[in-house]
Amino acid sequence: MESVLGRYRNLIILVGVLFLQILGLAVQVKKAETDTENTRLIRIWAVQAVTPLERGLVRIESGFGNLWHNYIYLRGVRAENRDLKDKIEQLKLEQVRLSEDAAQAHRLQAMLSFKEQFVAKTVAAQVIGSSGSDLSQGIYIDKGDDAGIRPDMAVITADGIVGKVLRVYPSTTLVLLINDQSSGVGVMLGKTRLQGILKGTPTGEVALENVMSDEEVPVGETVLTSGGDKVFPKGLPVGTIAKVKGHGDRATFLEIRVRPSANLSKLEEVLVVLEKQEQQSLAQESAHQRAADILAQRLPSVPEKPPVEASGSAASTGSKQAAAAPGGAIATGNSVKPAPSSAATKPQLSKPAPATGQTSASQQPKPDVAKTIAPKPSAPKTAIVSDGGAITEVPSKKPTTPPATKAVPQTVPEPQPSIPPSTTNDSPQ
Amino acid sequence: MPITYTSGEQVEVYRFSIPVTLGVPLIAVFLQAFIQSRINGLSYLDLPLLVTIFFAMARRNPIAGLVTGAIIGLAQDCLGPYPIGIYGIAKTVVGYLASSLGVRLDVENAGTRLLITIGFYVTHQAVYFTVARHMVNLTLNWSWSRGILAGFANAMVGVLLYFFLDRFKQRT
Repeated sequence: MESVLGRYRNLIILVGVLFLQILGLAVQVKKAETDTENTRLIRIWAVQAVTPLERGLVRIESGFGNLWHNYIYLRGVRAENRDLKDKIEQLKLEQVRLSEDAAQAHRLQAMLSFKEQFVAKTVAAQVIGSSGSDLSQGIYIDKGDDAGIRPDMAVITADGIVGKVLRVYPSTTLVLLINDQSSGVGVMLGKTRLQGILKGTPTGEVALENVMSDEEVPVGETVLTSGGDKVFPKGLPVGTIAKVKGHGDRATFLEIRVRPSANLSKLEEVLVVLEKQEQQSLAQESAHQRAADILAQRLPSVPEKPPVEASGSAASTGSKQAAAAPGGAIATGNSVKPAPSSAATKPQLSKPAPATGQTSASQQPKPDVAKTIAPKPSAPKTAIVSDGGAITEVPSKKPTTPPATKAVPQTVPEPQPSIPPSTTNDSPQ
Repeated sequence: MPITYTSGEQVEVYRFSIPVTLGVPLIAVFLQAFIQSRINGLSYLDLPLLVTIFFAMARRNPIAGLVTGAIIGLAQDCLGPYPIGIYGIAKTVVGYLASSLGVRLDVENAGTRLLITIGFYVTHQAVYFTVARHMVNLTLNWSWSRGILAGFANAMVGVLLYFFLDRFKQRT
């Protein structure tokens, strides 16, 4: 027995060491299912042993780099400065256009109650090392738990997404890059809006998966985050399509390679997204304010209407309200309430002739449909007709000639040519 | 009596001073973590593996080889994103095989070192992928082109590194 043990001693030790490691792995895999990490202490020791050296080297490197770039190597800086100034001018122009688009997008989002996440708070961090293996793609950054970083937070640069936080240590964080084989990012194409999953390849490239082979994916199209992974906010730049293969009949999915926007092999500084916010509430709030503002602009004369109020009755007040919010809403101060009844508003809007005293029955608009076009908010205050900026079609209804209509012509000495006849009876002149 | 293909001179077993024994693997693991993030194109390089192969072949002791491989591999695992033990197992196997081969082959020759390193690199990757896919359930894909290219690149660097580390050898 002893001779057998002596003869196979090396092999027995090998099997023993392998068995122990396999056992350790099995325990970790089992624990991973319950989301408890039992190797955290070992990892912290290892990381804390390595990162101080890395920090020191990075500081020395950046110090020399700054010295060289800021004080010694200044060739071409003047020309670069001129180019940058030109670029700023161009960007300013573009910004004006984009801000208009953004404002419009906010209004539309508010109208449709869309929810969109956006980056609310970030923390900048410096890359100090990698995961130390050629088969995994991870980086270490110099901020950790102390800076508020938590697992599964998005890591980005100004160019595009980088990865997500995998493990957080007191002053260091391990970030899993998007080109790691075990990573997955929900993405979509910029123009065609095709959705897929972004994964890493064994060679460290980035591939777009789950896109059917009958889809057209043009090379050069931008790839954006779809927000489906709950890690990255929607719409962040990911990269561009670099290569598309597999258009044959046999292939079920296309083989797509993506060129990341962020240079993953030369990362120096990154941003960790600490906080994301739903955009809906902001958009709704702004839309609400805007609606109130618009109504306030269009109805500046609602509270102050001396002559008509004096001679008119309750019906004229009703007509004023009707003109104020023909779309079924009454403006009261800054709030908007639904109109109690539209029946009272219709005759008021479609009774032009008696009000002006100048248009005969034949000159009236067709009795079945009276069309009024709303003026812009900058229109004179006398133009009260407003229907949210849209053409209003009022069904024909013979005016019941309420008492107020007779009193109105006395208060309107001259009909204004720019104002449709149907509205003049409410204009305080 | 076991049959060996080494000359009497090459069968000699080497040992290393404690600073070299501890320092070289630590530096290798550190450089692997640091340089990879700084210099583009060095991601193919596995310095800890080269150091494991070198120490195992020089000591010609399977137990020392597998222990060295296990420690270096586990240290590498601690810095990586995956569970601890994948690199440990792969480098344990390589350390054992390299030291066992070192007893039987002339491993002082540059050509032999080149071929051995390519072979061990591919073996290492094969063990790594087997463990990662079937034990840890990672969705890793094997790439032959990458394996061969990276193996050759590592072997080239390895030959130079081995000649440098030969200076620290001490005859027993």
